[in-house]
Amino acid sequence: MRTNIMICGVGGQGIVLTSKLIAATAVAHDVPVMSAETIGMAQKGGSVFSFLRLGEGIASPMFPEGEADILIGFEPAEAVRMFPYLKKGGTAIVNTHPIMPVTAALTGSDYDGADMLEYVKRNAEKAVFVDGDKAISEIGSPKVLNMVMLGAAVATGLLPFTLEEIEQTMKATVKPQFAELNSKALRYGG
Amino acid sequence: MGNAAIARGAIAAGLNLVSGYPGTPSTEVLETSAKCNNGSMYVEWSVNEKAAMELAAGAAYCGARTMVTMKQVGLNVASDPLMSLAYIGVKGGMVVLVADDPGPISSQTEQDTRTFAAFSKLPCFDPSSVQEAYDMIGEAFELSEKYHTPVLFRPTTRVCHGYASITVKDENEYRTNKPEGFVLDPSKWVIFPRLSYNAHINIEARNVTLSDELSDYGRNMIVPERAEGCRKGIATHGISYTYVTEALRDKSAPRVMKVTTPFPFPEKAALKFLEGLDEVLCIEELDPVIERELTYICGKHGLNVKIRGKLTHDVKNAGENTCGSAAENIAKFMDWEIPEKPEAETAPPLPVRPPVLCAGCPHRASFFAVKEAMKGKKAVFCGDIGCYTLGNAMPLDMVDTCLCMGAGVNITQGIGHIEPDTTCFAFVGDSTFFASAITGTVNAVYNQADMTLVILDNSTTAMTGHQPHPGTGRTVMGEIVEKIDITAVLHGIGVKTVETIDPLELKAAVETVKRVAAEKGVKAIIFRSPCAVIIKPKKPAVIDAEKCTGCKRCIKALGCPGIVLRNGRPAIENSLCTGCGLCSQVCPFGAISVTKEGE
Repeated sequence: MRTNIMICGVGGQGIVLTSKLIAATAVAHDVPVMSAETIGMAQKGGSVFSFLRLGEGIASPMFPEGEADILIGFEPAEAVRMFPYLKKGGTAIVNTHPIMPVTAALTGSDYDGADMLEYVKRNAEKAVFVDGDKAISEIGSPKVLNMVMLGAAVATGLLPFTLEEIEQTMKATVKPQFAELNSKALRYGG
Repeated sequence: MGNAAIARGAIAAGLNLVSGYPGTPSTEVLETSAKCNNGSMYVEWSVNEKAAMELAAGAAYCGARTMVTMKQVGLNVASDPLMSLAYIGVKGGMVVLVADDPGPISSQTEQDTRTFAAFSKLPCFDPSSVQEAYDMIGEAFELSEKYHTPVLFRPTTRVCHGYASITVKDENEYRTNKPEGFVLDPSKWVIFPRLSYNAHINIEARNVTLSDELSDYGRNMIVPERAEGCRKGIATHGISYTYVTEALRDKSAPRVMKVTTPFPFPEKAALKFLEGLDEVLCIEELDPVIERELTYICGKHGLNVKIRGKLTHDVKNAGENTCGSAAENIAKFMDWEIPEKPEAETAPPLPVRPPVLCAGCPHRASFFAVKEAMKGKKAVFCGDIGCYTLGNAMPLDMVDTCLCMGAGVNITQGIGHIEPDTTCFAFVGDSTFFASAITGTVNAVYNQADMTLVILDNSTTAMTGHQPHPGTGRTVMGEIVEKIDITAVLHGIGVKTVETIDPLELKAAVETVKRVAAEKGVKAIIFRSPCAVIIKPKKPAVIDAEKCTGCKRCIKALGCPGIVLRNGRPAIENSLCTGCGLCSQVCPFGAISVTKEGE
């Protein structure tokens, strides 16, 4: 079985780490994995996306449009930007909290993500919405948004790993003092 | 990661020395080498690519196995030593790792190192996957040593930054290499016209031999057709080979050739591939290297095969290929039905998200201070390569030119000589200053230019992921060394006025710029404040709703991602704001406040 995952959002939200965590879990369980990410020029604030593929017989780390089983969107507009990659019948997991780009603030735009979320609702056969802002304020750290999103993705049962397996990799990756916080975030949506 | 695989593969091949200069997408090769160094290697971030290349060459003269890493535009900087080194040659294996960036995603050019290989007459390896990059780097060292020549190894972004689970060697299979040391031989190591003439003859002969040898190299691979009697073929390379493989999965596929050594081109292998074909589609990124070679081979051997690709407008001639674009190119070429895209609702207009300076970035404050100081004056702001190139974005709009590493300081002099009434500025980062702006400053002082050099010193090489540089007092191996003091360097060159100030002290910064820019001659301002990504953020700013009039001055002046509009009024995005306090100094109504240190 092959699983294609598209993870997207805004630079600084922890997208690359999320992708690496799934990849490392795959390696730990002898599941072949390939991934590729586009991080752009800026340290933070630009569009970032990562292709992730699990399973046998994969040649390219990237896949064409319409082939993602799962789309994990860390930001409403970024989820819509990469929406063409989601396959028919695929599942979208989207953070409802928008991040307004500087260009939008400058032009007096009223971008609040609502149109984007409506679009996902209308077009994804299966969609899970995560109130990321509420989650991080309840957990108490803005840095764990990625774990909240990853936890929500695992909860769909579409990844070939359990929450415990992901958690194990996380504990081996993050600094020990942050492990508990990240565990809490992983389990937040589950 | 592909870059990590390259480093580990090189270490397994008995690497003795690695040098390089950071540049996306090559940076992690050297970083991984440093991380995996058990003390048996020498690893350094050099001051620039030219220094790195010459250093690696010197070590290779001693019989060491060396690798030098850079991005494609870095090779331009290092091309002077490399072009000559091609004639001189090496004793130990030397791999010149140059990462290309189709797109370009984070580069100034879409140049192709495969073309540079032909220009410099050096063998070139082009890996198509993370596993192949790992396996092939050792083979590159073998070839380099066998022919006493540096070799080019050119992954592209998708191989460099691709991740894959791969099979690696056991440490007991690692090769160890004990360098013999430098053996004096002026007839070998000192370049002279006579030596170059003879070397040129030898190089041309060697490359003919190499073309034959590489025709039998297993990685220059022909995948036989699954469609019996099909007289069409596809030639490809690098990551595009994986796109072609994906596109042909479960199809009655034509013959495919993967060209892994674009130079010297494996002519005999290509003839085998062309046998019985009427038409070939070349799917390449960057230059049409394979397409030109195959066209030449068909002409040379009188073959009636139509070669198609970029030159015939069958494949786009700029930007990256994708799985989708390769599938479409192939479907058209094979007269296959092009699968229709499923009907989808048009997405609502998406907010554009161009790269911007981070919230709390001290460069924003520096640019704003100069902008305020020069308001109403005729001035030009020459930028350079680094995060601060992003100062070009609205509303700062403070980068009038940007060309290549270290260019700004010279471009501003040129403008000043033609437009003496313009106040000329050059902005340069601390790492770029050391890499390539010192000579430009010497030029300015010696030739009596009238300009202000603005050094944006954030104590790191931020854009490529925070590498140390000579001004940081750290090396890549974590040693603490004496910092090279930018002020002392400038004084030594003869720049008399050098003022250092924290750009986040806005009022004082504006005054400094006004005062320094008014002086004649070459003078410098060092804006010193650490990169916002590497320091612990302070508490986010707070907007007092009663004092805020909604004038949006904070947004219009600064364009900080930490300030957004909510219900038409400025609001702090707490997840991004670092509490730098610049906006609190810009608000005309004192409505924004930040927690001061120690409060």
